[in-house]
Amino acid sequence: MRTDISNINEQSPCEDLTEGLMIFAQGTSKDFKTGEWRTSTPVFDKDKCKQCLLCAPVCPDGCIPVTDGRRDDFDMDHCKGCGICEKACPFGAITMREGV
Amino acid sequence: MSRKDRMSGNEAVAFAIRQVNPDVMPAFPITPSTEIPQMVSTYIANGEMDTEFIPVESEHSSMSAAIGSEAAGARSMTATSSCGLAFMWEELLVAASNRLPVVLTLVNRTLSGPININCDHSDGMGARDTGWIQIYAENNQEAYDNYIQAFPIAEDKRVHLPVMVCQDGFITSHAVENILVEEDEDVKEFVGEYHPEEFLLNPGKPVSVGPYAVSAYSMEAKYNQELAMEASKEVIAEVAQKFRDKFGRGFTFFEEYRTEDADYIMLIMGSAAGTAKEAVDELRDAGVKAGVLKLRVFRPFPEDEIAKALRGCKAVAIMDRCESYNGNGGPLSSEVCAALYRNEVFIKTVSYVYGLAGRDFTVDSAKKVFSQLEEAAKGVKIKQHTYVGLRTKS
Repeated sequence: MRTDISNINEQSPCEDLTEGLMIFAQGTSKDFKTGEWRTSTPVFDKDKCKQCLLCAPVCPDGCIPVTDGRRDDFDMDHCKGCGICEKACPFGAITMREGV
Repeated sequence: MSRKDRMSGNEAVAFAIRQVNPDVMPAFPITPSTEIPQMVSTYIANGEMDTEFIPVESEHSSMSAAIGSEAAGARSMTATSSCGLAFMWEELLVAASNRLPVVLTLVNRTLSGPININCDHSDGMGARDTGWIQIYAENNQEAYDNYIQAFPIAEDKRVHLPVMVCQDGFITSHAVENILVEEDEDVKEFVGEYHPEEFLLNPGKPVSVGPYAVSAYSMEAKYNQELAMEASKEVIAEVAQKFRDKFGRGFTFFEEYRTEDADYIMLIMGSAAGTAKEAVDELRDAGVKAGVLKLRVFRPFPEDEIAKALRGCKAVAIMDRCESYNGNGGPLSSEVCAALYRNEVFIKTVSYVYGLAGRDFTVDSAKKVFSQLEEAAKGVKIKQHTYVGLRTKS
């Protein structure tokens, strides 16, 4: 029953779908560029950022990558533009602008 | 070896649950099924079984918890009645579409309103299109036997669908009758260990259950689910045969009682079938060729088998213990008539509604229905969807 779901697409016949549409993999949401749902976009000001990291854990989509205790720019492939990070930032290093 | 005992329907099912010893049972009390989780809790407290019992805050939660634990890889079940089943509505469909072999023991009780705690089939019939297999019992023996068969049916690879095992509230659930119970090891052997192929708590083999599906996938998924329901007929028949071979009793989709040469057949489900058989015996003594077809499996609906079983008679009474409020009779009536028509069996059919909210259905009530069938067979037009035993001025 374990199927490589990358072989399944919108043209696959019903016989090829998995039972109950089970997905035999993990982290597959990364494959879907849901950032295009965004209607406003966070802009990161590197100079104002103090690397306090209050923003990273509040992002509902995990779109603030942190490496070795320092945050990097946003993962725009998956950011939905909710603006929570802007409110969490005490230093004005994140500002939301209209549009993608 | 079978052992003779006396038990109520609820006791019989609780006894079977102890024997099966499922992994997880979330449940919330509701009349008339309350005794089942209560008795199971007692078995657990006494160390006679080690099922993880979860006392939840509602039936919405009990079915959700059963779905979660089943998906995690644990054999899971619950019990409920009436409004409890209605409150599970959303999750019933989720259990079926996620192809989880959950077992639910339903003690049939009417749905409000008027609010009433007694038996009819409006709860089970309301859930008839949720994708669950539904098996109905006439008495405590069948409630016990059907529960034991539910797991091998649900967990079969060709099926992977949830099963609802139904018995009539109070009439079966609370009346104490003789019963044959089997040895614990024989029941355990019949049911077998549960080894799901795919489950959430399976290290190294990740799986996601119940993902969102866009329109391009949903229709195919629903069709596959329907195919599994159709395939379950074969499995239900195999499991019934295996049960007969091992324990010496039971039926496949229905029981045919004195129907072989019958002119008039009453098609009925649940405890009232016993009353109908008594009426048939009395009518046979008086020379009337009457019989009963007692439906055991309502989902999947055995349409061809029913049409074949009825084709030799002159008239059939289709007995619904439920009102559909659609002006076209109850669900059994609609589905049996469709089955007959598609199979080109053009006998007289008369649909009846009986026993709502615990109203008595007596031998005399059944005999009156049979006398109307005799009239119908002679060409007299009989009113459809008659309420048996209803008080009216006309």
